[in-house]
Amino acid sequence: MSTAAMRLGHDPALGPAGIAPGQVSGRGAGGPAGKRIVVGYGFWIFLLSDVIMFSGFFAAYAVLFKSTAGGPSAHELFDLRNTAVETACLLASTFTCGMASLAVGHRSQKWTQIALLVTGLLGFIFIVLEVREFASFVAQGAGPSRSAFLSSFFALVGCHGIHVSLALLWLGTMMAQFYTKGFRQDIRYRFLCFSLFWHALDIVWVAIFNLVYLVGSLPPELLP
Amino acid sequence: MTEPSDFEAGSYVGADRVPGEPEERTLRQEVGGYVLGLALAIVLTVASFWAVRAREIYASGIAMALLVLTVAQIGIHLIFFLHITTDPDNENNILALAFGVLIVCLIVFGSLWVMIHLNNNLMPMEKLMQMQR
Repeated sequence: MSTAAMRLGHDPALGPAGIAPGQVSGRGAGGPAGKRIVVGYGFWIFLLSDVIMFSGFFAAYAVLFKSTAGGPSAHELFDLRNTAVETACLLASTFTCGMASLAVGHRSQKWTQIALLVTGLLGFIFIVLEVREFASFVAQGAGPSRSAFLSSFFALVGCHGIHVSLALLWLGTMMAQFYTKGFRQDIRYRFLCFSLFWHALDIVWVAIFNLVYLVGSLPPELLP
Repeated sequence: MTEPSDFEAGSYVGADRVPGEPEERTLRQEVGGYVLGLALAIVLTVASFWAVRAREIYASGIAMALLVLTVAQIGIHLIFFLHITTDPDNENNILALAFGVLIVCLIVFGSLWVMIHLNNNLMPMEKLMQMQR
């Protein structure tokens, strides 16, 4: 066998890319990736496109941040205690969602239902807090129509809130499906997608609480 | 379902077992991974909330510190919760992620860059009003 062929890994006993027959490399050689990998990858692509949509809202918010049109600024509006509780809820729920993934992997109906219920309750508390915050802003005359800054704020944070609300519906469906149909393979694939979605929503919230709430609460003279 | 299961005794949401993969992790190790991720995320979150009020940080640098903490916490979430690893199975996910990050940076920093330059080169509103009179 020539050196060039050796370097490329063409050992006739091993087949293409030096992989033993039947051995899957996950790189296309030796056979296609398993269905779990493909399902996760497809949903990952969707999540990235969702994140790109959020980045558009972030860009609009960043550009319009100072366009308050004489209305209240971020520094005057934001209540960081509320943001801290919301953040704690979502962070804890992303952990319990991970616990639910483990429970599903180990086929425990009881722990799956408990972990998903806690995840859902924490998500629900988050939504309630967010709606109350929005309502108090509107009551102060700082609704989305007050200034370009507030329009972009409500669009960005509201869009995340809508995502969480829809994810709560999805979570309820997953609980019902596990309960009535058991740990069927297709349902576990759906749950894989759900858990990816929930974790991704927490990532978007990490960007929101840092870059919208915390940066916004800084006194204006400290901002670039 | 008669479809053959590829979820046998899986970690996470059941794993495709292929030859040459590292051994199964025990439940204790799996939970430990999530707990470690949660602990790191809490540390970074607390650091962010502390940084806003901190007197120890050069005041004009606080916004930049928050940006750095954001990126760090997103990284923690990706590794411990979304399980983005250097595993060969994850190669495509990482490439897609890199492309996503590129587009996000282009949109956010591109918008800011263009809009700040437009603002700087535009006549102030009061002057514009005077000219129209």
